[in-house]
Amino acid sequence: MHLVIIGNGITGVTAAITARRLSPEARITLLGAESAHHYSRPALMYLYLGHLRYPDVKPYEDWFWPENRLELVHAEATSVDTAARSVQLATGQLLAYDCLLLATGSVVRTAGWPGQQLHGVQGFYGLPDLESMSRATHGIRHAVVVGGGLIGVELAEMLHSRGIRVTWLVREQRYWQSVLPPEESALLAAHILRNGIDFRLATELSEVLGDAQGRVRAVVTSTGQELPAEWVGLAIGVQPNLALARAAGLETDRGILVNEVLATSAPGVYAAGDCAQHRQPAPGEAAVEQLWYTGRMQGETVAHTLCGQPTPYRRGHWFNSAKFFQLEYQTYGRVPAQPEADIASFCWQHPSGKLLRINFRQSDNVVTGMNVLGLRQRQDTWERWLREKAPVGTVLAQLAAANFDAEFSRQHEPAIRREFSRQFPAIILASPRRKGLFGAQ
Amino acid sequence: MSAFSVIQPPAATMPAGEKLPLAAVALGLLALLVAAADADVASARLSLYLALALLSGGALGWAWLAFGRTAAGWHPHDLWRRSSTSRGAVAWATGVALTGFYVVLYWFPGLLENLIRALDPFSQWLRHRPADQWLLYGTFYTLAVLVLGGRALWKYRFSRYHLARTVSVMFFQLGFAFLLPGLLLALQQPEYYFSYFWPLKYDYLFPGTVGQLLHGGGLGVFMVFWGVAMSFLATPVLTYFFGKRWYCAWVCGCGGLAETAGDAYRHLSDKSRQAWHWEVRLIYPILGLITLLTALLWLGASGAVPALGVVTGPLGQFYGFAIGSVFSGIIGVGFYPLLGSRVWCRFGCPMAAYLGLLQKHFSRFRISTNGGQCISCGNCSNACEMGIDVKQYAQRGEPIIRAACVGCGLCATACPRGVLNLENGPREGRLTGSAFIHADSLRIL
Repeated sequence: MHLVIIGNGITGVTAAITARRLSPEARITLLGAESAHHYSRPALMYLYLGHLRYPDVKPYEDWFWPENRLELVHAEATSVDTAARSVQLATGQLLAYDCLLLATGSVVRTAGWPGQQLHGVQGFYGLPDLESMSRATHGIRHAVVVGGGLIGVELAEMLHSRGIRVTWLVREQRYWQSVLPPEESALLAAHILRNGIDFRLATELSEVLGDAQGRVRAVVTSTGQELPAEWVGLAIGVQPNLALARAAGLETDRGILVNEVLATSAPGVYAAGDCAQHRQPAPGEAAVEQLWYTGRMQGETVAHTLCGQPTPYRRGHWFNSAKFFQLEYQTYGRVPAQPEADIASFCWQHPSGKLLRINFRQSDNVVTGMNVLGLRQRQDTWERWLREKAPVGTVLAQLAAANFDAEFSRQHEPAIRREFSRQFPAIILASPRRKGLFGAQ
Repeated sequence: MSAFSVIQPPAATMPAGEKLPLAAVALGLLALLVAAADADVASARLSLYLALALLSGGALGWAWLAFGRTAAGWHPHDLWRRSSTSRGAVAWATGVALTGFYVVLYWFPGLLENLIRALDPFSQWLRHRPADQWLLYGTFYTLAVLVLGGRALWKYRFSRYHLARTVSVMFFQLGFAFLLPGLLLALQQPEYYFSYFWPLKYDYLFPGTVGQLLHGGGLGVFMVFWGVAMSFLATPVLTYFFGKRWYCAWVCGCGGLAETAGDAYRHLSDKSRQAWHWEVRLIYPILGLITLLTALLWLGASGAVPALGVVTGPLGQFYGFAIGSVFSGIIGVGFYPLLGSRVWCRFGCPMAAYLGLLQKHFSRFRISTNGGQCISCGNCSNACEMGIDVKQYAQRGEPIIRAACVGCGLCATACPRGVLNLENGPREGRLTGSAFIHADSLRIL
């Protein structure tokens, strides 16, 4: 069998590695247009910050690929013939496949702003973006970031590290309000301001202004203000990269439409990761998932199907993590941004800027999800609590078991329990278990 | 193509405010040279004290400016863009200067005579005897651990783990490796370092040393007991409960210097598979060599095999020169700015080899990986001073159990997703990976 994978991001690479494990004899070809080797996309910011060099963000050393007989082709795929089962490369080569996996990722989304084509206005998704950003921001003094998601905060931190004054425009009334409850939004907004970012909520970009050389010089906001900007970062999100799939005649909507086993409308062709859209997502799950973690899980799942073990994609309990300047964020299970019927929400905050939220059903006290900021929580423990439908009283009593903070860190569990009893006096907590000097369990 | 300019980013510029403390450091080095060249004891002493004050003040002032103005946290901005920390010209100059100092110290101590004489009053006060080159070295070494320990305390003020282990290495260096040996000399006792054990301080269990100590009686007998108990009883027990770190990152003077003076160079350790192969090829034979030498010396001392001195004499001289002097000093510290701060600990130290075997096979210690949250960013591997490619384990959801790990905890600090944690857990399931990632069976190392 010849398996061809288009895209050497986390999805394509996980699929390749899993397929090699499941099918030791298969021929596996991994196409990458952007880079010769797989690199960690979330690590791009650390290259700009000077924390790491390019070889450091490659998850595998270069010998890994030939030793595991994964053939790398550094070339763009220009078209797919699903009837003849072949991929045309920009180099002129024609690659025949038995199975094809499209893991083409995303492209930067823009909103059609006037002036967005000016030099110094760009999105941030891949190595070429990092490179042009490095060049364009060298020695500048003012930059504007547009969009309040996770790429936005990365750009703000990157620019700020080089002493560039950053104005950050966020359309929403509060930070990341589509994902976070109000307390988390407020805490993060304060943290961002404390880090010296000119952070403006409820402000949109209206227009980008250029100079005579076609370079950006300023932006105009929805409040009518003109702000100096020698560079503008567009971070309002990404959308599935569909060019190849559409040209090949695959059924697409927002993404490449796939069924439960991640098969597209063409036989032998599959899609996974950012570019895929599930025809029937599980209740409460998104049809298009654009995360490192979901990319990895979809890549692993589709590899089973490609190797003759049809496996439906089951994401399991939601989890995610991020870092906002110094503040780490983790979430397990479902924590809606808006209050929901029958869901009680317990929120504890520490004056030093830490937060823990636990949601549970009012009817039976079963925990449904949690957020933390500035604390680390053990995923395995939370996964077990969510799976076993643990009551909130038990979870709080055993909270130390989920503590993943470094040794000697301040332990807040007693304070958290006191606060819980204050907010929910009717719920009785079991007596706690302690984390001793000699171990976690 | 595209990655090229990313690989070679523009060099970082030095903030103007940091130039003042750096000038103080430069002046301090100049004053040190003046003191070394000054035959007049009184003025040389003045120059030396001025040098130490300028060096200490400058280094602390620099740390204050470099880490004080931003919020506390892990942000090694421009680490790979500065000449001093990315094997640039400054790093090479520093490496040559450090290496040169060790060469002079070991083989041309006469060149340090003026500095040594300048320390006579201090030596008389502490040790009741004139200074020698080892007191000079010990003074410089301890000052480096204390002053740059101050830098580490300020840099890592957000982490109580780092504060605790930094204070610990400062305490053991000052108390156990500097003041106490001096005090013992003042009291006409053997100069004994209670924080160094066989096989690192290999001669402490040589028959010659043991004989001398026992001959002294009283305190000497206790020293022999201490040496044996620490090497063969306390080391396995403490390593069982806490891992190798109890020694390498909390007590040892070599580790102490690496964690303080070497902190800025930790990322320079080589993470390649090749480097790991060299680590295994070197460190275990060195442990074998010193064990063999010790055994042969005892065999010779027992009189069972006559004329063993023909073998043990040259072997001991070779070990002392090649491992004790060249490896631990010149390469171990002199090459800090080029190869990282733990070259000796990783490739050469027989104590680290012994502790590592215990840690890998008979310990509760591990670095846990938190579920499936690794994003393969590489910050953990970069921060590892022992050259462990930590992300290879983290991205597979596996706990990190490596003989080399000294438990400094910087991988866990550098991780932007809260994935890593140093833990002393039960031995059952110690090697079990996370259920969130189905680790592949492909060879990674």
